[in-house]
Amino acid sequence: MHHIYCPYCEEIREEEEYSYTGEAHIERPKDPASISDEVWGDYMFFRSNPRGIHHEMWYHAAGCRRYFNATRDTHSYQIHETYKMGELPTVTAPTKAAPTKAAAQGDAS
Amino acid sequence: MKKYSGFSLFKHSLSHHENWQAAWRSPQPKKEYDVIIVGGGGHGLATAYYLAKVHGITNVAVLEKGYLGGGNTARNTTIVRSNYLWDEASKLYDHSLDLWKDLSQDLNYNVMFSQRGVLNLGHTLQDMRDIERRVNANRLNGIDGVVLNTAEVKEIVPIINDSQDIRYPVLGASWQATAGVARHDAVAWGFARGADSFGVDLIQQCEVVDIVTEEGAVVGVQTTLGFIGAKKVACVTAGNSGVMAAMVGLRLPIESRPLQALVSEPIKPILDTVVMSNAVHAYVSQSDKGDLVIGAGTDSYNGYGQRGSFHVVEHTLSAICELFPMFSRVRMNRAWGGVVDTCPDACPIISKTSIKGLFFNCGWGTGGFKATPGSGHVFAHTLAHDEAHPLAAPFSLDRFNTGHLIDEHGAAGVAH
Repeated sequence: MHHIYCPYCEEIREEEEYSYTGEAHIERPKDPASISDEVWGDYMFFRSNPRGIHHEMWYHAAGCRRYFNATRDTHSYQIHETYKMGELPTVTAPTKAAPTKAAAQGDAS
Repeated sequence: MKKYSGFSLFKHSLSHHENWQAAWRSPQPKKEYDVIIVGGGGHGLATAYYLAKVHGITNVAVLEKGYLGGGNTARNTTIVRSNYLWDEASKLYDHSLDLWKDLSQDLNYNVMFSQRGVLNLGHTLQDMRDIERRVNANRLNGIDGVVLNTAEVKEIVPIINDSQDIRYPVLGASWQATAGVARHDAVAWGFARGADSFGVDLIQQCEVVDIVTEEGAVVGVQTTLGFIGAKKVACVTAGNSGVMAAMVGLRLPIESRPLQALVSEPIKPILDTVVMSNAVHAYVSQSDKGDLVIGAGTDSYNGYGQRGSFHVVEHTLSAICELFPMFSRVRMNRAWGGVVDTCPDACPIISKTSIKGLFFNCGWGTGGFKATPGSGHVFAHTLAHDEAHPLAAPFSLDRFNTGHLIDEHGAAGVAH
């Protein structure tokens, strides 16, 4: 059971009040009609799914009913921060290009 | 490999069972293999077995970071069935069910496959319409199935609560009599022993930390035991598939989630079939040693932690207590989580990738156990021929770009 701080309500609430809505910072293609099936498929379905630092969206369904972002470790389940939509995370994975690789190697050592 | 038989059991009893041969070797890795299979769970071991047995490819290693069958193979609820809705999925799972039927004989290892039937309950008018549609689709695909009403369900499971006054009354069910359960550990061990007998190297405590490529083709893997060369690398790593893909800069349409299960204290035989309900999320059977085996749902968020949230367990137990009031006083013994690789269409990915020699068999999500032999069988074909087995072809990675998804959320059994 996560205890999650809603940046809008400014309170810690239980996980059951929230809905998880997937990876954050995925931009919808501006002109879907003009892009290829590959690009659209990537946008729709393909995810980074890292073992480690993950930026994700949550919806405060039983509270203020607003979306916000969280930076959470998918291995330790520690929530590093929550932040409002439009803001950028302050905690990020060590190597931006291949964060999951770094996490996997860190695990092996 | 020494054959197991009644005679060998008798012979070894004379020496107090102290001289049994090890079921498989524990070799050091060679410098290079034709095929490296990453992941020594049921699917990986089955792939190795069929690669050697059907295709004669025996210069194969299975690399496992922990111990054989210690991941989701050890964590699932052991149900085997094939009553999926769409042609593609039902053919794949029914192929697997066919292999299950004589798997114990084939492997010379008792996988304790028991065709005790599966009930999928319906609680609303819409549930019953969906069940009728699915059973009709199953029958058109040659898979046995019948639609039952409340009284017929009660006849099969006399202890079920058939009151029409509960919040979600049992209105009926689909019944697949050929479905059942199998012993999960035995499946992994049987395939391991079988693969080993053909000369496949099973290497445990060996974690792959990187996939090495040259000019867009796989040349081997970097492991905790050093570099091992390979012409082909097959990732069968379930929840860790995203981590494997990221090693070569690929992304997959997969999100890894914790899925929980729990078992009760052992009780006397009371439930001789499998009961599942999508709508209220109940999922229960009884193992041969007497514990109730209960499957809970996935957590809603991504996680690699092999544990889940308590309210998910509470949710499934409340449903089970309403359906089986007599279970309300049964104490739970153990609960655990496994990391499942959920796909947007609740169907697996059995596929080549854009990197030459790199293959993935993943995305089985919450329902991979039933497919273990079939998955290994078709994936071995894909690996051996560099071309998808006809049953595996619809499950290629490019369906997420072409849009040919196979939406099995309705028949997947566990909401995710």
